[in-house]
This record gives sequence, C-alpha cells and structure tokens, in this order.
Amino acid sequence: MTGKLRKLASAATTAFIGLSAQGAVAQSVTMAVAAPVTSLDPHYHQLSPNNAVADTIFDKLVNTDATSTSIPGLALSWRAVEPNVWEFKLRPNVRFHNGNPFTAEDVAFTLQRLPNVPNSPSSFAAYSRPIQSMEIGDPLTIRFRTAAPHPLMPLDMTNVRILDRETHQNATTEDFNAGRAAIGTGPYRVVSHRSGDRIEFERNDNYWGDRAPFQRVIYRMITNDAARTAALLAGDVEFIDQVPTSDLAKLRQDNRIALSEVVGLRLIFLGLDHLRQANENSPFITDNDGRPLGRNPLQDVRVRRALSIAIDRKAIVDRVMEGAAIPAGQFLPEGVYTHVSGVTTPAFDPDAARRLLAEAGYPQGFRIQLNGPNDRYVNDARIIQAVGQMWTRIGVRTTVEAQPWTTFVGRAGRADFSAHLIGWGSNPDGSHPLRNVLATQTRERGWGSSNRGRYSNLRVDGLLDQSLVELDEPKRVQLVIEAQRIAAEDVAVIPLHIQTNIWGMRRHLAHDARNDELTRAQDVRPAAR
Amino acid sequence: MTVYLVRRVLQALLVVLAMSLIVFIGVYAIGDPVEILISPDADQIERERAVQALGLDLPLWQQYAVFLTKALQGDLGRSFVYNEPALKLILQRMPATMELAFGATIFALIIGLPLGLYAGLRPDSRFSRIIMAGSILGFSLPTFWVGLMLIMVFAVYLGWLPSTGRGETGTLLGLRWSFLTWDGLRHLAMPALNLSLFKISLVIRLTRAGVRETMLMDYVKFARAKGLSPARVIFVHVFKNILIPVVTVVGLELGSTIAFSVVTESVFAWPGMGKLIIDSINVLDRPVIVAYLMMIVLIFIAINLIVDLTYSLLDPRVRLESKGT
Repeated sequence: MTGKLRKLASAATTAFIGLSAQGAVAQSVTMAVAAPVTSLDPHYHQLSPNNAVADTIFDKLVNTDATSTSIPGLALSWRAVEPNVWEFKLRPNVRFHNGNPFTAEDVAFTLQRLPNVPNSPSSFAAYSRPIQSMEIGDPLTIRFRTAAPHPLMPLDMTNVRILDRETHQNATTEDFNAGRAAIGTGPYRVVSHRSGDRIEFERNDNYWGDRAPFQRVIYRMITNDAARTAALLAGDVEFIDQVPTSDLAKLRQDNRIALSEVVGLRLIFLGLDHLRQANENSPFITDNDGRPLGRNPLQDVRVRRALSIAIDRKAIVDRVMEGAAIPAGQFLPEGVYTHVSGVTTPAFDPDAARRLLAEAGYPQGFRIQLNGPNDRYVNDARIIQAVGQMWTRIGVRTTVEAQPWTTFVGRAGRADFSAHLIGWGSNPDGSHPLRNVLATQTRERGWGSSNRGRYSNLRVDGLLDQSLVELDEPKRVQLVIEAQRIAAEDVAVIPLHIQTNIWGMRRHLAHDARNDELTRAQDVRPAAR
Repeated sequence: MTVYLVRRVLQALLVVLAMSLIVFIGVYAIGDPVEILISPDADQIERERAVQALGLDLPLWQQYAVFLTKALQGDLGRSFVYNEPALKLILQRMPATMELAFGATIFALIIGLPLGLYAGLRPDSRFSRIIMAGSILGFSLPTFWVGLMLIMVFAVYLGWLPSTGRGETGTLLGLRWSFLTWDGLRHLAMPALNLSLFKISLVIRLTRAGVRETMLMDYVKFARAKGLSPARVIFVHVFKNILIPVVTVVGLELGSTIAFSVVTESVFAWPGMGKLIIDSINVLDRPVIVAYLMMIVLIFIAINLIVDLTYSLLDPRVRLESKGT
C-alpha cells in the first residue's frame, strides 16, 4: 500500500518535473545524426548528410515536401515558355540571414558557381550543364535557355541551394565550414560549426515561410549506433536518426520514446551480370563440380525470374530487417507518381523457380557467388546470407562474400561480379533510376553510370530517350512508367525491399518523417499536447 | 648526446618517408576514393571531373612525387572530404585526443600504482587476489563493450554522467580543452576511464611484479636492518626502482593511446583524431590518412626519446651514448 502510494507520488513528481523541464527546453532541441556532415558549402559535396544541413540553412528555387513532391521554394511558379526556355518567377521580399535581398542575380550567380567549386569530390555541375544561357527579365524573373527541351529542369532545381552573389562572390569551402559564409535564406542560421562534432543553429526570425519551432538547435553527430540510442535513452539528446533495427523492439516498448517512420525511396536490390554474353563465362558462376559453365545463365530471363521468385522477401523483411522495410518488386513504392501499377512484388514460389530453371536447361542448377558490402546498407551482409540460403534451396548453390564498401564498390563498378547486392536511393521521378541504373552505359549521354550489371535494353533506352524531351507532363510520366515496366518484366535487376526510414525522439517532440531520408532541423517540433 | 639526438632524428625521417610510401600504395590497392565519395547519380563526365580535381588521374608514382614536393614545403595536401589542409584538420582535433590520452594515463597511474603496490606487499591477502583477478578482466574485456556498459550504467540508468560528446570547453593557448570546465570534466571521465582500463591492469601487474622482486633484494633487507621506517623503505628505495619499467611501458602505451583511441572515441562520440582517422579510412581520404600516420610516427619517436631520457634520469647506470638504437 505504502509502496503503491510512494510510486504514485514519485510518478506525480516525475510528471511535474518533466512538465517544467519541457517548458524550459521548449526553446531548444538537441539532435544527433548518424552520418557526419563534412562541409557546410552547399555545392561542395553531393552527400545526403550535407544536403540535409544545407536545406536547413539555404533554400532552393523548388523545395520538396516530406513526400519529395516539388513545392514552391524561392520560386513561386515555373513553366516552359518555349520548348527550350524555362521561366522561374521568384518569391519577393526574401532576405538572406545577413539582410541582403534575394533576386534573380543570386540565382544566376549560384548556377555559375556549381561547376567551379575547387576540389569537389562530387559536384552539382550536372544540374547547371543543360543550361546554355540565362536571361534576367526583372529582379524576380529568370529564364534558362537549354539546347533541347529539358522537362526535368524543375526537378534539377530541387538540388540547387541558392547563394547570395554579394556575400559569396569569393567565398571558399573553408569559409563555409568556418560558418563565416554559411549564410542563406533558410529557416535556421548557423551559430557555430565544429567539424565532425556539432553544428549549432539559431532561428531565422525573418524566414519567409513557417517560423521554425525552436530558438536554438544543437545538431550533433554520433556515428556509433549503440551510443546514439544510449544518448537518446539517457536524455542527452532528444532526437536521433537511423534508429538501428536491433533496438527497434526495445524502443517501441519504451513509453518515454516516440518513433516516426515512413517508407523511404531506397531500394535494396541484386544486380546481375548482363555483361557476359550467353556463350561466355560469368566470373563467379560454375557448374556443380566447380568447372566453367561455358555460358552465362543470367542472360536467360527464365533464370533471372527463377532467382527472383526463389527469394522469400517477406521473411527477409520480417526477420533480417525487423520489419523496417517493405518487400518490393520495383524501384519506387506505391503512392509515388512514377510507381508502376500492376508490377507486384514477386511471390515466393520455390517450386515454380525449380521448374523455370529446368526449362532454361539447368535442372541440376549451378553454383554462383553472391557479393555484397557489409558496412553500407542496413543489415546488408545478413541479407545476402539469407538470399544465399534461399537460392541454394532451389538448386543454385550459392556462396556469399561480404566485404567493406571501400573495396566492394570499385569492383562492382567494373562489373567484376556475377551477382551483387546494392542499393539505390531515388528521387521520386522514375527517370532517376532508369537513367542511372537501368539505361545502357553511354558516356556521352551520361547514362548508366551506376549500371553495375551492364543491363542493356533498347526498348527501355528508347522510352527513356523520349521521356527526357517530353514537356507534356502526363505523357512523360507514362513513358517513364512504361520503361520501368519493361525493365521489371525483363528482371533487369532483382528488387528485394524498400527501406523504412526511422527516427527516434523523446515523447515531447514530434517529427515529419521524410521519405528522402534527410534529417533536417526544421522538421522537428514540440509535440502537440 | 648530440650525436645521439641527430641519429634519432634521421631515423625518424626515414621511417616517416617509408610510412608515406606504404600508405600511398596501400590506399591505391584498396580502391578508388572517387568511387566512394561521388554521388551515385553522378554521370561519367562528372566522375572524370572529380578524378581530375583530386589529382587521381596521374599515375601513382607521379601522385607520390607531387605529394613529396609539396610535403617538403610543409603542405601535406588537402582532405578530399573536407577540402581543408589535412594537417589543419588533424591539429584541430588533437587537443581532444591528447586530453583523453593523458586523462587515461593519469587514471592508470593513480589507480594502478597504489593497487599494484598493495598487491605486491600483501600478495596473499584477499583484497590482493581481488585486485589481480580484476586486472585480468581489465586486460580481456573488449573496450567497445565496456564503453557501452559504462554508458548504460552511468548515463542511462543512474544518469550521473553525460553519455557522449565533449561538453563545454575552455580555451587555453588558443585551443579548446574540456578539462578546463566542470561540464567538460564530467564528459571526459567515462571515456578516459574506458581507455585506461587496460593500462590500469598493466600498471598493477608491473608494479606488483616489481615490488615482489625488489622486496627480496639485498639492499632492501639492508635498509630494513639499518632500521629505516617501512614507509621510507617502500617509497624511497623500492618505489624508485620499480618505476623504471612502469615509466617505459606507460610511455609507450601513451603513444598507442593517442594513435589508436579509435574505439573509445567512436563509442563516446569524442571528436578526436581517432574518429577522424577511422572516418577517413572509410572513405579513403588519402591526404588525411597519410598526414595522420606520419604524425603518429613522429609522436611515437618523440615519446620513445622522452622515455629514454627519463630512464637515464631514474637510473644513472643507463648511458644514452652506449645505446645503439
């Protein structure tokens, strides 16, 4: 009885302290992210953690909401006034953190800077490359002239953070990193930056959009998964991203913690060797006695389909991913406008898989090695182990080799493997995976740079080609969907699952989960009570 | 003495040169930094531009020649990832690692020496057995596990100490230090303890062995026979003699603590050099890897030198000139 009373009393005290503490901290929030931010220069390194922070400090002509849908940012509207000319009407009365007004001059300056950031390991130059010339009509109108119709212009602009011509004329990456030049139009401004450790933000009270919820944000980097979760549990940080799947069950039961989740845009899939022709040997495929096969079975669509339906995707999602993914049969999840309706997740059917193998001339199966990274994607090494066992069950005896990303990615890029696991984080337009992963590798067009299996299908290429100059949006979307459908029916790659993005926070916070995985300070706010 | 120093410095330079060559070839063998750094949707033109921008389009020997020429002018190259001079990045993070390493060493001495002394003087008492058993744990438990356990107990359950990070810092000599503020000290305590567990055990064992050996020496017996107080026998005659191996080992350990506190730094999100180097290795940021390892070699050599000098102070029989290496 007394025990009960005491518990009640202590619960009441805790609640009281909790309430007053919340009142005190409502003005600031401490977040911890997993991936280190390497630079505050928004055009230096095209890298998700950098982009997330850049979105907090800067704005783009076209912003994206939590579902990656384009919404007006620093541009109020945009349209193709001629087939080769895009016009952007800019938002009036916008000021940079230092008070400078935002005008069309700043847009022109920004696009000129993109290809001229010294030493950039991955620049944003590709987004300004289609633009041949820029015309400034009035301070709030800018036109981009391109060599050919370029329907993806607004989408390109969702990647370009706008700088101030006056402030950033001679700003170097070091100036940005030191915080001196990290001046944008975004909802928070930078107070201080300690590389690899933390960034401190302060609310931009003159922001043109919704006022940021906190006066102060401390944005820390804690790379170790267990330590990040522990920091959240200890209350040292109030918000974390990339919640490790192994901690999910525990956190779901903890009533001090809330989770925010959304199906992402990152597909985990298996790339297959399309480079070696039907009468050539694939490097890691042999017959059951370990001798060269004399042909590449992966050139037969029946074999590819057999390997696909031999995989129990639901089991992988439930057991390996602890539910933090959805089984997938294509690059984009349902609800995204370029999702291909009618292409379903391949159903698990080992018997049909064996029949297909026999039809293709492999009744006894063959041997294959499945390669993959062990430090890149969530549970990557365990996924290929699971797939290896499932393939072995239909007679394709599989050995599995996981290695660090640093050594894996170069070999995958040279098409050294017969089968490999890899991921692709899309933007919501299907042209993105088509162009980079599925299109025939062609240097001049910049196609297929991540086509590590060297898949090549003229029908896919043709539809993609048409879509890239089709200004009629519904028609373009149809072309993109059709090209994806053909690739999916041809089993160009074997999709496994699309990851769920999960953030964890103390109960007094709420968060708008983004499907593009970005952890942005402005998406965290006090929970409604 | 001068000849000795000059020889040591020349040796140091040779080792640094060899080191840089090995790292160059090593990173080249692992993979292509551009493949790792570049955005997945970069097209071929962009990839070629990046390769060129980072100077990776030259043959390896030319890349090395460029590096050497610049290194002679004091420029160890710019980080591929941060676009800042590699040396600056490392020096920025050095204070954090230094105070962690020194914190750990101080823990090792103030905990290890008394316990080792006790265990050596009363080898059969129960407490001594507990100390020795504990030191085995200190040797064998993996650092990352102990670190996480410390966080779970002291930060999550008890809430006494902050779980991660560096806390408030004070400024001394233009650098930020955690040990100057109370909050910083609270942040420093756990990682320093975690890093020192191995060293505490080492010091305990060395001290105990030294005490047991020395206590049987003739000069100790003589000192006792002379009627000196036990305290004077232990703290002057015994202690001074057992310090020689302890100084050597602690000194060498300090070097490896500075260089390889990687695990502790990442578990406690301690923004030091260890975390920088592991991040750099993961993305093959060669300039940082090379500069870091070159500096570590220098630190090791400097510490060895200091150990040798201390040695000669503690033991007048040791003559530096007579030591070949």
